Amino acid sequence: MEHYTMNLTLKVWRQRNNKAAGSFETFQVSDISSEMSFLEMFDVLNERLISEGKEPIAFDHDCREGICGTCAMHINGKPHGPWEGTTTCQLHMRAFKDGDTVVVEPWRSRSFPVIKDLMVDRSAFDRIIQAGGYISINTGNAVDANAIPIEKDKADVAFANAACIGCGACVAACKNSSAMLFTAAKVSHLALLPQGSPERKIRVLNMVAQMDKEGFGACTNTGACEAVCPKEISIGNIALLNREYLAAGLTADK
Amino acid sequence: MLESNIPSGPLDNKWNDYKGHIKLVNPANKRSLEVIVVGTGLAGASAAASLGELGYKVKAFCFHDSPRRAHSIAAQGGINAAKNYQNDGDSVFRLFYDTVKGGDYRAREANVHRLAEVSVNIIDQCVAQGVPFAREYGGLLSNRSFGGTQVQRTFYAAGQTGQQLLIGAYQSLERQVALGNVKMYTRHEMLDVVLVDGKARGIICRNIITGKLERFFGHAVLICTGGYGNVFYLSTNAMGCNVTAAWKAHKKGAFFGNPCFTQIHPTCIPVSGDHQSKLTLMSESLRNDGRIWVPKQKGDNRRPVDIPEEERDYYLERRYPAFGNLVPRDVASRAAKERCDAGYGVGNSKMAVYLDYKAAIERYGRGEANKQGRDGVGDEEILRMGREVVKEKYGNLFDMYEKITGENPYETPMRIYPAVHYTMGGLWVDYELMTTIKGLYSLGEANFSDHGANRLGASALMQGLADGYFVIPYTIGNYLADEIRVKPIPITHPAFEEAEKAVQARYEKMMSIKGSQSVESFHKKLGKIMWDKCGMSRNEAGLKEAITEIQELKKQFWSDVRIPGGIDETNSELDKANRVADFIELGELMCIDALNRKESCGGHFREEMQTEDGEAKRDDENFSYVSAWEFKGDSNWELHKEELKFEIAKPSQRSYK
Repeated sequence: MEHYTMNLTLKVWRQRNNKAAGSFETFQVSDISSEMSFLEMFDVLNERLISEGKEPIAFDHDCREGICGTCAMHINGKPHGPWEGTTTCQLHMRAFKDGDTVVVEPWRSRSFPVIKDLMVDRSAFDRIIQAGGYISINTGNAVDANAIPIEKDKADVAFANAACIGCGACVAACKNSSAMLFTAAKVSHLALLPQGSPERKIRVLNMVAQMDKEGFGACTNTGACEAVCPKEISIGNIALLNREYLAAGLTADK
Repeated sequence: MLESNIPSGPLDNKWNDYKGHIKLVNPANKRSLEVIVVGTGLAGASAAASLGELGYKVKAFCFHDSPRRAHSIAAQGGINAAKNYQNDGDSVFRLFYDTVKGGDYRAREANVHRLAEVSVNIIDQCVAQGVPFAREYGGLLSNRSFGGTQVQRTFYAAGQTGQQLLIGAYQSLERQVALGNVKMYTRHEMLDVVLVDGKARGIICRNIITGKLERFFGHAVLICTGGYGNVFYLSTNAMGCNVTAAWKAHKKGAFFGNPCFTQIHPTCIPVSGDHQSKLTLMSESLRNDGRIWVPKQKGDNRRPVDIPEEERDYYLERRYPAFGNLVPRDVASRAAKERCDAGYGVGNSKMAVYLDYKAAIERYGRGEANKQGRDGVGDEEILRMGREVVKEKYGNLFDMYEKITGENPYETPMRIYPAVHYTMGGLWVDYELMTTIKGLYSLGEANFSDHGANRLGASALMQGLADGYFVIPYTIGNYLADEIRVKPIPITHPAFEEAEKAVQARYEKMMSIKGSQSVESFHKKLGKIMWDKCGMSRNEAGLKEAITEIQELKKQFWSDVRIPGGIDETNSELDKANRVADFIELGELMCIDALNRKESCGGHFREEMQTEDGEAKRDDENFSYVSAWEFKGDSNWELHKEELKFEIAKPSQRSYK
């Protein structure tokens, strides 16, 4: 891959805190290497801002290998930017060319309030898990790991859904800020496994109730969530959640 | 005096015997005992969940926005357990023995044996939680071999084993949060441990959103905050990984064990320029099929595919004909560094070597043609079939490489270079995982305990979960049983006041400097000193220079650091400044420890201590001990030695030839 450098215009959302009004601020960045990651470009800009006596742009990030789910930037109108199946931290600058203008915003959702600049509060996701995204087993109770065989195909699908990194891109992409893909991935991961079966009904009811309580919107099957998911979680899970929910609602003991 | 509190009796019965005789806390009393857990990776999340289930009142803390983000999540390869599902001769004893030997005889036998014993329970527990490990068509769990062991004992979930295990522990933790047994504090960073009458009784935290300092009481405190690889600036650790919690405990009296034992992983994606913020690991399994080389000619700028076979130096095959590309991690890492330092490195930075799959692709392609009984297949078709095979085995790694570098590794050799990725050293703990401070425990990578001078692959996940699920729930009861009469200490106690005041003063001092150099620039400078002089190979002169340079850097930091923003608000630069200040102090101790240990063992290679052909030379007579350092004041430490006794796994020289 030929290496090149570029100059860019960045329009970045700045917001002092949760209470303050925010606005876009424009920056010119120059000599950006095509080999940099998108966040390293932000590092370079932040170092410059510090040297100029200005405040750096606050953003969440940690592993920078696409697995922890911390990074979250809405780039040119798309969560995590132009590359498919990619987190913000794994997006690299060769996705852009000299002279481009790049607009960077935080996740936009009533349920993900802005903390500062590009940082948002995604604790609603933890509360959805608290509502039932687990198997109720205390340490020490387990039977031998091979006591219950699980069909490979089922185990593989459960794994694909468990690969969700909880980044929130699905919510950010949805016009209704629906958290259905996130919730459905967890419901489906656990419902497909025999260990998760005893709590199937109560789990789906409680998780959906919590999702609604957090203010996430309704799902209209537009598919924007699936298109931006960095782990390419299938929208088919939402249909599975709906079936689980319907069945649970009809038969659950209240 | 160091007391490791190893139970007496035969090695394979110590843990059972211990469990049968420890003090217990009755359920009613557990409800009034409070435990603080700092860090929510595999060790912290599993400990917090398990203690909550037992009925203790747990407070768990992480600096992330959610406990699910901890860096355990990035572990790729797998988790070891002595299940012997493959009927290939594995046993608790073999896992124990491999771990002690792999650690180059610098780990404590009793701890390692316990680790091997509970390894089997971990897999049961994780499967019961819904961790989707890889399975065979018969529905049973799949295993693979790892890190050169002779049995298949590694359980895995594709290349995302750490993620799946952490999600399992996280879900158990969130269940306890929902039940009210655990109170979770996210975006809280521990900045000091509070001691009352010599016992750990609480912590001071900074609320990362508001910037306010907060006080928390606990009858006991658990430090589960991972390793300190980021002292090198560039490592495979996450950006936020830091030593601060462990370091604060150290400065309050907890000894630090074997700080110089760091593991450098040979196959990582190399640095692409000065902007580099972190490094990414490529699973070691790639060395099974790849050939490593550099050009024979210095500064050769041709594309790798244009360099003919006879002008390539397959230096591992040349230097180690018996093991070739499969020499152990430390040897492979040092050999790559040696070639690059000598001017033969490749890529823009010249700090990389090639990992070439061309031969493997051809070999697999011909194998496929053979299998299909096809004669006279053209070269292009052979390559196409070979690429298919390689894709099946390593596809996700090749994709990751392409995303980061923009190069197609099926067409052109990958560029790799060694990188720091694990620290075997950490807070010194006894058999019960208690530090030298009463009531202060350390679990997982944050402690020094089980891996000696070198960790085997797929053993980090095992240790984190062993400590959290199966060790601490027992050992903490043995301490808390005597604490049931201790009423919660109000956070207005002078010890809390004093600790908070000290933290406040430190933060005000940092903010008041208003110098000219950024936090990042100090971190980079520290990383360079550490990497050059306390990295893959170390010598006396270099270490002495490093100590002087670090002391100078510390002075500069405290007189010229520039931190924008304010104290009472979200301020990532301020958080980072505090961590870097601690890394600087730790760096000095690492060099002191490396200087003291005049032997080569595991990841610690002293250039003065090598055989004629450049192999590591261990010195069991003089260095068969754990270095436990006591903080005595600014740049001043006292060495305590815990002698290591090997009753079962008798030390022998590791040989690769």
